[in-house]
Amino acid sequence: MNVFLAQLLNGLDKGGAYALIALGLTLVFGTLGVVNFAHGALFMLGCFCAVTFRYLITLETVTVDPEKLSPWGAPVEIRTPLVQNWFGDFGAILVDYSVPISILLAVPVMLLIGIAMERGIIKHFYKRSHAEQILVTFGLAIVLQEIVKSFFGANPIPQPIPTDLRGAADIGVWFGMAPHVLTYPWWRLIYLLFSGLVIGGVFAFLQFTTFGMVVRAGMADRETVGLMGIDIDRRFTVVFGLAAVVAGVAGVMYTPLLAPNYHLGMDFLVLSFVVVVVGGMGSLSGAVAAGFLLGILQSFASMTEVKSLIPGIDQVIIYLVAVIILLVRPRGLMGRRGIMES
Amino acid sequence: MFSLSRKDLVALAVFSVVVLTMPIWLAPLGASYPGLMQKFAIYAIFAIGFNILFGLTGYLSFGHAAFLGVGSYTTVWAFKLLSMDVLPAMVFAVIVSGVFALVIGYFSLRRTGIYFSILTLAFAQMSYSLAYSVLTPITNGETGLLLARNDPRYLDAIFGAQADVAGLPQPTLIGNSVSGYTGFYLCAVILILAFYLSQKIFASPFGMALRGIKSNQTRMNYTGFNTRPYTLAAFVISGMFAGLAGALLSITDPLAGAERMKWTESGNVVLMTILGGVGTLFGPVIGAWLIKYFENIFSAINTNMLNNAFSFLPDGVQGFVVTVLSKFVGEGWQLTLGLMFVLIVVFLPGGLVEGFHRFMARLRRRKEAPERVSSTQPAE
Repeated sequence: MNVFLAQLLNGLDKGGAYALIALGLTLVFGTLGVVNFAHGALFMLGCFCAVTFRYLITLETVTVDPEKLSPWGAPVEIRTPLVQNWFGDFGAILVDYSVPISILLAVPVMLLIGIAMERGIIKHFYKRSHAEQILVTFGLAIVLQEIVKSFFGANPIPQPIPTDLRGAADIGVWFGMAPHVLTYPWWRLIYLLFSGLVIGGVFAFLQFTTFGMVVRAGMADRETVGLMGIDIDRRFTVVFGLAAVVAGVAGVMYTPLLAPNYHLGMDFLVLSFVVVVVGGMGSLSGAVAAGFLLGILQSFASMTEVKSLIPGIDQVIIYLVAVIILLVRPRGLMGRRGIMES
Repeated sequence: MFSLSRKDLVALAVFSVVVLTMPIWLAPLGASYPGLMQKFAIYAIFAIGFNILFGLTGYLSFGHAAFLGVGSYTTVWAFKLLSMDVLPAMVFAVIVSGVFALVIGYFSLRRTGIYFSILTLAFAQMSYSLAYSVLTPITNGETGLLLARNDPRYLDAIFGAQADVAGLPQPTLIGNSVSGYTGFYLCAVILILAFYLSQKIFASPFGMALRGIKSNQTRMNYTGFNTRPYTLAAFVISGMFAGLAGALLSITDPLAGAERMKWTESGNVVLMTILGGVGTLFGPVIGAWLIKYFENIFSAINTNMLNNAFSFLPDGVQGFVVTVLSKFVGEGWQLTLGLMFVLIVVFLPGGLVEGFHRFMARLRRRKEAPERVSSTQPAE
């Protein structure tokens, strides 16, 4: 039972990442009708927002203290981050919490990147075939990841978890179990809550604001909304930016769990496309549900008991599920009837 | 049966001459070494095969590298178990990848559009992950499948043709080594055969039916046409081409690794086809050559070479130009590739071949233009 719960929890944080990426993908597909293969690259860019922020905030001054000597006789170099010079202890906290704080950097940056991408390239592809959309966004993804590679190199750059949030939470105790029976790393728990928060935020935005209402109307019938005198294209541009932001912040918060490298986006892209398709093209709740579902399935499949039963299942489970769902129920779990169904 | 239209015959003749004289015309471009030219020929075969599926039926497969990988593995296994001769190896690779394509195609072709792409992608990724993990006894995992001196090679043993050489045995073509230029000409001849085959398919009623499926599958169905066998046949044929390309990769370098099945490789062949021109005969070949050429030439350029090339500029400017350009060459050549790709899809959706046609049409129009002007003026 505890093993079961632990695997469930393990699956949830990965599922959270899948759900966030898939949410953005579906949003773009549902509004703009564009199959965006560069969405994984946006996730990756989000990761590197965190890396950049940490780099900037840890710029340091080196002072040589002539009185202290290191064991081999050289003067000790004291490195202090500039922010610590300026703000003292508060600066130290800034450095420690660089990952969550870099969300503040990631949001405007990703919004800009998303809007620039949509206005620059993607808007020319609304009327073209899905194959061409796939191709241009695929090319775009290559460009983005190569740019990142040329700046940050090819090696993964690990990001630290804030000191206070390291270690694991003894979740079992909260549910009345004995201590140390069910533990779960704090940061994963935070990621899970964070993804829930973002997903809830996006849904609330679409459900309870006028802007969201227009967007939903546009998803259902773009033409009529246009005829009512609403500049739906501009709204959809913002939606693309929003999707980029969601992917970006998902990336930022994921950096402590997985050291980002330049091809991270591509790895996640394939998976999240599978997630979108399983959930049903164009269905937001389907994407979220499928994201968590596949994350959990993947974590169960990597249990040793399961692996010894069906060798290799952990490697292929997601694709296997995708194949089965596509063959049995082509519009996915919650896809609307008629959306890309054939 | 082997006849071609006059136009196709000319095309085939031109193509053969171009391919066979590669060592001559590639020399000034700095690419006339056998290893690279073999790659040119092999990836052209791969792209031609992919074009039969994507170009004719419009089904965008994102998992074609799986067949390339299967072909490679089968070939190495044929070398290990049967004979070091390349012919049985190639035949086996084509058959096995064909069967593999039949199975994948049978399931994938139940869906169209993006769902088909995702299905093929999922199958290819499964093969890739399995080749790395569970299938290690067959694929030798990350090390890649290698030849060994004490492989059984039953056919060779029966005919007493067991090569008694020091070191690893080398693939042979009826007793001749296939390294260096022989290897290139082997690939070149097969490429010409593949081109001929694709010409035949393009011109046949079968090819016509496939084009009908591309332009409107529903209408094809309503006219009483069962499209499934046709798309499946196209899928299998194109998988066989990919298997053949994989076989040639293993023949020229007897080592098969799972990275050949990775989805970036599948993406590559899509790029080649699009870059050249989807649904054209020459397009995929040109695309494959260009991409392989850029991969080899661009990735070989380093900052020193750039510095030499721009030494005529003033120091500061030179430094700046070199820094900017160095992002696009060497390690970063894929950036060039990606940019090229985006530009082509945006401005030239039909690929280079269509660009060429447009260019020719514009030239022709310019020649005719003066007459037209004089003839339209009186009407006003």
